Amino acid sequence: MTSENADSYLEVDNLVKYFGDDKAVDGISFGIPKGAFLTLLGPSGCGKTTTLMSIAGLHTIDGGRIRVGETIFTSPKEGLFLPPEKRDIGMVFQSYAIWPHMTVAQNVAYPLEIREWERPDIDDRVAEVLKLVGLTDWADSLATNLSGGQQQRASLARAIVSNPSLLLFDEPLSNLDLKLREQMRVELKRIQNEVGITSIYVTHDQSEALVMSDEIIVMSKGKIEQRGGPVEIYSSPVNEYVSNFIGIANLMKAKVVEVSEPGIGKVEVAQDGQTVQLPCRLTPGIAAGEDAVLSVRPENVHAVDESGEGTLTGECTHAIFLGSYVDCRVRWGDFEWKVISHPRNHPRTGDKVHLRFDAEHTLAVQP
Amino acid sequence: MTTNTDIKVSIEHLYKSYGPETAVKDFNLDITQGEFVTLLGPSGCGKTTTLRCVAGLERPEEGEIRIGNETVVAPAKDIYLFPEHRNIGMVFQSYAVWPHMTVFDNVAYGLRVRRASGAEIKTRTMKALELVGLDQQADRFATKLSGGQRQRVALARAIVYEPDVILFDEPLSNLDAKLREQMRDEIVRLQKEVGITSIFVTHDQSEALVMSDRVVVMDKAVIQQIGDPEDIYANPVNSFVANFIGVTSLLEGKLTARNGDACEVEVPAANGGAPLQLRGAGAPGAQPGDPIFLNLRPEDVQLHLEAPDGSDGRNVIEGQVIDTIYLGSFLEGRVRAGGHEIGIQIDHYENLVPDQTVWLTFQPEHGLCLTD
Repeated sequence: MTSENADSYLEVDNLVKYFGDDKAVDGISFGIPKGAFLTLLGPSGCGKTTTLMSIAGLHTIDGGRIRVGETIFTSPKEGLFLPPEKRDIGMVFQSYAIWPHMTVAQNVAYPLEIREWERPDIDDRVAEVLKLVGLTDWADSLATNLSGGQQQRASLARAIVSNPSLLLFDEPLSNLDLKLREQMRVELKRIQNEVGITSIYVTHDQSEALVMSDEIIVMSKGKIEQRGGPVEIYSSPVNEYVSNFIGIANLMKAKVVEVSEPGIGKVEVAQDGQTVQLPCRLTPGIAAGEDAVLSVRPENVHAVDESGEGTLTGECTHAIFLGSYVDCRVRWGDFEWKVISHPRNHPRTGDKVHLRFDAEHTLAVQP
Repeated sequence: MTTNTDIKVSIEHLYKSYGPETAVKDFNLDITQGEFVTLLGPSGCGKTTTLRCVAGLERPEEGEIRIGNETVVAPAKDIYLFPEHRNIGMVFQSYAVWPHMTVFDNVAYGLRVRRASGAEIKTRTMKALELVGLDQQADRFATKLSGGQRQRVALARAIVYEPDVILFDEPLSNLDAKLREQMRDEIVRLQKEVGITSIFVTHDQSEALVMSDRVVVMDKAVIQQIGDPEDIYANPVNSFVANFIGVTSLLEGKLTARNGDACEVEVPAANGGAPLQLRGAGAPGAQPGDPIFLNLRPEDVQLHLEAPDGSDGRNVIEGQVIDTIYLGSFLEGRVRAGGHEIGIQIDHYENLVPDQTVWLTFQPEHGLCLTD
């Protein structure tokens, strides 16, 4: 959005990277302020990891420029390429990349030894960082004796110990089991907040992105589809792709029948003889008469007792009770609505169900 | 409800201990033909021991287990059948699939051991592979399969000789989230299709809720409650069950007055402030002065940014935000009130900051009062 923003601490400008004939990254630009936590989110092959590796200097790039603070990391046109070890970056990988023959403290001390710190300073700093990640009691254990979650804490400690100007995360939690992953994402965010190091985080896991990020960039095929805060990306996706990739959405072909004011109008959807017009929000750029995609989150489709204007009527084909909510499907013609209901009041399989929509949470997005 | 002939597995007065430690205490359960029953509880609750007694991998000290028409173990009658003589199929967490055999041979193994004829082995094995969608992979070696496919092989192997019951021992816990959900649905589909009676052991409440006809909640070697998922969720018998099926905030206090089902509960502040005076429901038999656990589910709590009116009988609690997590479809959070932590789950985004004052309301009938 703001590629030419001088306030950006990290700036990626028109980055292009080929692998053979494949354009892995297709001219993307973004900047982030100092201390921010930005996530690059997308499916495998979208270019997110290539972008991260380009920032790290583990790839050379084919076009564009990457700058952090006053330092140009790389700019092929100007013949500039700073080797990775000179970029002052901390990295955390999916594989923990912890040395098995060293203790936790030795692992964490390593970057400081390379930088030729004095021994007492190293010991102080290592103790401080181990405390931050909750590994104080494990300082003298061999890294191989740690659990997966602890190894990832150790590699985080190693990444931040020298207080680098940038932290890069490459799917660091994907090897952990679900419970640990949920714990670690809150923990990781807390630690990042505390140290305040500008961070770029790569993941294909949308819930990780929502929980952790200040901002999210959703990528597809080497390009940026949307950039925004978690709430904005989730509640106002600009197109079908983003809508589908973040969270779960009911997506249906629709026609815009009215634009009453900028960003607000009505769409018409039809199934099996039933036609319904729904008041909605419109993604900028969509005009009356155009095709669009209706996008409504399951928690914003309400099963109600009475039919009325703007409701549609279908049949509940299943209702799975999940404790704090009930996951329902409601068949309407050939379309199956996903509906989240409250456990104290939800449709049962076979019920005739009326569905109601709020204009605020009903979107018409670009196909 | 059911006649005796419908009962496929019957467990009566089962006791099992390891040294001084009681692992299973007076376990009673009848399972009917085609039923999917889940044993749910934390580790050490006795669920796996119970399953292993049914399988014959453990020998109980007391009780009786019948599978089909056969008593498989009854210490008092000196009956004990070895696992291979019980008509059961098993699916484990570790796939226990032999890497040096093809998919076909892995599945056929059980039939060969039972000395089925060659033609029968072929027909039955291929039918089982078809059911799990692996008939095209019959000649591949098990090592070439993905985690999900191995799990299917394990499933095919368990159903191939049409046992009276399939025993599942946390079969999904090694899989990643997406695959786990896929396999979960697959097992349910297959179980309904084949109609095989199943006992499923898990510590994961969402698995139990989605898959089961009935859930048996266990803790400390004892059955706490048996029922269908919604019934247990709506009417837990104690605080352990309330918090294990779903999530609750537990407020400990004492009953000050009651009128029928309606309870007035005083919850002392954990931080020395004024106690919370709350209205709940339940705890039949409890008298004023008795200790009460008021359980509050996050999805039953409404959040207000300004002081609401409590004149309609709602409970109103003032508190301070501890933290929140934005999950897209929900915003989860914790609020501190009177030194207690109350979980909330709201279906829209609110920009809440730590220490911000908020108000929570809940209907008295949702303040679940329990004496235990």
